[in-house]
Amino acid sequence: MAEAAAAPDVRLRGLRKLYGEVVAVDGVDLDVGRGEFFTMLGPSGSGKTTTLRLIAGFERPDAGTVLLRGLDVTGEPPYAREVNTVFQDYALFPHMSVEENVAYGLKIRRVPRPERRTRVEQALATVRLSGYGGRRPAQLSGGQRQRVALARALVNQPQVLLLDEPLGALDLKLRQEMQIELKRIQREVGITFVYVTHDQDEALTMSDRVAVFNEGRIEQIGPPAEVYEHPVTEFVAGFVGVSNLLERNGRTISVRPEKIRILREGDRPDPTAHVETGTIREVVYAGMATRYLVELEDGGSLTVAVQNLETTSAQALEARGRSVRLEWRPEHMLTLETRGEKEHG
Amino acid sequence: MSALLAAPLGWLGVAYLGSLAVLFVAAFWRLDPFTAEVIRDYSFSNFRTLWEGEVYRDIALRTIGIAALVTVIDAVVAFPIAFYMAKVASPRAKALLVVAVLMPLWASYLVKIYAWRIILQENGPLNWLLEPFGASGPGFGNVAGVIVFSYLWLPYMILPLYAGLERIPDSLLEASSDLGGKAGRTFRRVILPLAFPALVAGSIFTFSLTLGDYIAPQIVMAGNQFIGNVVYTNVGVANNLPLAAAFATVPIAVMVVYLLLARRAGAFESL
Repeated sequence: MAEAAAAPDVRLRGLRKLYGEVVAVDGVDLDVGRGEFFTMLGPSGSGKTTTLRLIAGFERPDAGTVLLRGLDVTGEPPYAREVNTVFQDYALFPHMSVEENVAYGLKIRRVPRPERRTRVEQALATVRLSGYGGRRPAQLSGGQRQRVALARALVNQPQVLLLDEPLGALDLKLRQEMQIELKRIQREVGITFVYVTHDQDEALTMSDRVAVFNEGRIEQIGPPAEVYEHPVTEFVAGFVGVSNLLERNGRTISVRPEKIRILREGDRPDPTAHVETGTIREVVYAGMATRYLVELEDGGSLTVAVQNLETTSAQALEARGRSVRLEWRPEHMLTLETRGEKEHG
Repeated sequence: MSALLAAPLGWLGVAYLGSLAVLFVAAFWRLDPFTAEVIRDYSFSNFRTLWEGEVYRDIALRTIGIAALVTVIDAVVAFPIAFYMAKVASPRAKALLVVAVLMPLWASYLVKIYAWRIILQENGPLNWLLEPFGASGPGFGNVAGVIVFSYLWLPYMILPLYAGLERIPDSLLEASSDLGGKAGRTFRRVILPLAFPALVAGSIFTFSLTLGDYIAPQIVMAGNQFIGNVVYTNVGVANNLPLAAAFATVPIAVMVVYLLLARRAGAFESL
């Protein structure tokens, strides 16, 4: 599978983009392998969308290079790049039918009509919209439009599919459905996906690898589990998952809320575990779990998530004001780099 | 609210529709050739005169032809300007351009036509500029009329077109490019169809304003008359009100057809 000689589908080196005085992308390097589902995760203004637009060719970098399968396309316009984009607002042509929208790219490539027709039908079937070819985008729901946008891009069999927050405009339930759907489609067609989102759940559930963006730079790249379990910076720990940071002995440490146990009266702490005492300040009952905000005696506070195996909401809410002991295993306690350290390193 | 609207609507109903009705009725009256008095019985004699008179046919065709040509020229000239304003210019440059486009509308229409008369006259600046190249300007006539009308109504084409192009999301142009479309295809397949209603909206102005004009022809067209000129002389000099009314129905009929077609093109959603 892994040919050592094969160039990655996307390779960015030293990419920089300025808007006037503002640095939108500040020295981004990354490689996306063939067939990978790669997610660029970050808050708005972190440079993830600009990076995607630099790959698509809608923007020209001020420095650095964009390589697609080893080919330097930094100076090429979008129409000369073997990538297609699914836009955040879908960008469907409102004056064309669904079929005409999907066939747009094929027509430009002069794919003969019979082949065009089968490929359009196939693409619509892939996104489960067979039979909708004759409709106008305005006659479709948000989720359906999203699928048309996907079909319009996929039908050209690009080397890389770029997706700019494609699920951002959908409601939660539809979004979750489409996450599964997108993952299925990606597996089926085997095309490399570069996916932009600010939603950490989306990033964690769908991706093979995640790059966490902050202020135009990549803070960490790795598989979702690694980024979640071993965040290397404060920012990553805070942005991916709940920010649970403590200052201990001059170091910043992070513990994930679900790794912390609240000890009951008479419970013996695990002798190898780390134990702290504190007071429950807030209780948030969230259906599947209850979150407790515990103020610690040694300073700082932690969020603790407890599955509601037996507790009811009334019992959970009663806990407010109670003093408790918390314990967690030392291997779940992560020491983080601060930004300063990273920049010097 | 309805009381507030009643007065202007009443005014519109009486003054505008009323006068149109009177005009239409008067078109079927006729003038007694000897007494020069209006005879109020109904016949098609005025329309027959107009249809059979070669002069009238020429005038009608000239008016409609020049109005159509002016519309096409304005569309072609306005498109790049409007596109630049809507999609390329910085917000600052955009504001300046809007003012620059509007500015000529704040000057008197007569002044602008006389300015063109000076530019186009025998020893005017245009000939003076062209002389070193061995060329000369068009002088007064139909060509001068087309130039002056195109100049006069250009802002009325640019502004709706600018608004229409502004409404096209940038992402559509990016999507076309992303799917392999170069500039030419993006223009033909995406920009032009989506801006077409706005183009038609602008053309309503350029076409109807030219169609109804009778001042510019007198000043820069060297005796080549428009329908309006014939109406004007029949009302004033010849005092043949029924014939004037009959000829005036021609541009109205043309505009009714034009507006119906424009509505089908979706131009009214673009105004």
